[in-house]
Amino acid sequence: MDDAIAVRDLVVDRGGRRVLDGISCRVPRGAVTGLLGPSGSGKTTFMRAVVGVQVVASGTVTVLGQPAGTPALRHRVGYLTQAPSVYADLTVRENARYFATLYGRGRAEADRAISDVGLAEAAGQLVGTLSGGQRSRASLACALVGEPELVILDEPTVGQDPVLRADLWARFHAMAAAGTTLLVSSHVMDEAARCDRLLLIRQGRLIADDSPAAIRAAAGVDDLDEAFLRLIRAGEAASTSTDATAARETA
Amino acid sequence: MSPRILAATTGRILRQLRHDRRTIALLVVVPAVLLTLVYFMYADQPTPPGQPSTFDRIALVMLGIFPFVIMFLVTSIAMLRERTSGTLERLLTTPLGKLDLLFGYGIAFGLAAAVQAAVAAAVAYWIFGLETAGSIGLVIGIAVLDAVLGVALGLLCSAFARTEFQAVQFLPVVVIPQLLLCGLFVARDQMAGWLQALSDAFPLSYAIEALQEVGAHAEPTGRMWRDVAVVLGAVVLALVLAAATLRRRSG
Repeated sequence: MDDAIAVRDLVVDRGGRRVLDGISCRVPRGAVTGLLGPSGSGKTTFMRAVVGVQVVASGTVTVLGQPAGTPALRHRVGYLTQAPSVYADLTVRENARYFATLYGRGRAEADRAISDVGLAEAAGQLVGTLSGGQRSRASLACALVGEPELVILDEPTVGQDPVLRADLWARFHAMAAAGTTLLVSSHVMDEAARCDRLLLIRQGRLIADDSPAAIRAAAGVDDLDEAFLRLIRAGEAASTSTDATAARETA
Repeated sequence: MSPRILAATTGRILRQLRHDRRTIALLVVVPAVLLTLVYFMYADQPTPPGQPSTFDRIALVMLGIFPFVIMFLVTSIAMLRERTSGTLERLLTTPLGKLDLLFGYGIAFGLAAAVQAAVAAAVAYWIFGLETAGSIGLVIGIAVLDAVLGVALGLLCSAFARTEFQAVQFLPVVVIPQLLLCGLFVARDQMAGWLQALSDAFPLSYAIEALQEVGAHAEPTGRMWRDVAVVLGAVVLALVLAAATLRRRSG
């Protein structure tokens, strides 16, 4: 069982709209996999399906060898929602300790998670009084505090200053080196280069699933942003010509 | 359910309350102030011979109604905040059981209600000279049970509210009919048959009857214990229904 996540033909509808349209992919263990795509492309829905809180129309999602959403997985998977979901009327430390207890961890782990996200100095502060960036790091601390095997992070670095962002990415890679699997979403392409593998989603479809180097090579450019643009154009051209062929055949 | 997680959740809710000093002040002071109003409303009313004074009759019932109404409102809003802040969805991805969360609210707000009921009862007995045949301890105990009933109904109703506006509307829908028909305004056996049937179906009616039993009898009566059992049953039923409406998976 080498894959942390295996997704087959995943289809999700939300609000009468098809959000994910037949996605199949694998996420290897012990690596940082980036989930890239523009806002509204289905990244969050994909992550929700992996965590097991999303109603899916069809397809299967297997996480750490079990169907997504299996009760035993709740001990092994950490999830950071896009909007910070911590208690604004508790301090950073109180939040981290509460989530630590849910995972059977203690105060030492809570304090470590807080310092890992660079919030040690604000540990005694109410979350409601923090800046937006600090608040999302408090939320991140609560996702990491259980030391899960698989960490799903929905845009963890939005609004963070460049130095902190670099620190967080270093932290993610250190976790991966220790065997943790990370799935990290972002809509910023310069973060794509920091990932071991990339999944690119656009309009609910998977456009690329490879390492950054392989994606650059396939597109024939060094810039990942440009590489993705070429992949998208190539995909569109292919589907247009298929449509044209289909139209000719019908005629 | 896990004792460790239940205790941590109860502690977390109490800690949130502790950071909100104004809410604590309101919880403790408001019932006492309202009792003062009731006292002066009935101060000059003549007492029919051989019956308890009007103040004694009304104040005793109010000691049960205040915690019920206040805790219903506080819980509805607290649970709705869990939903809108995203913390509920996050909690449901952790090892926390649904009943850990619901009983955590029941215990935490039940403890807050115990403080509230003790202060209100102290004011009623020692400042305004409330007299009951039964003991003050039983009155406080039933008042706390009424508060927990309010918590349980609040948790259940909050499942049907998407916004704060909807949540507060459940007060007139769920609480006021129970107030009107609980026997405070018109004795239950003097109501039309269909109103009596409704009154029999409302848990608050039994809570109020239990208080009236303590008011009229020196020793706990069988009817009082039956009423307490009915209210307890309603609490458990509401909590189990509330757990059934909490969905880990959503669209």
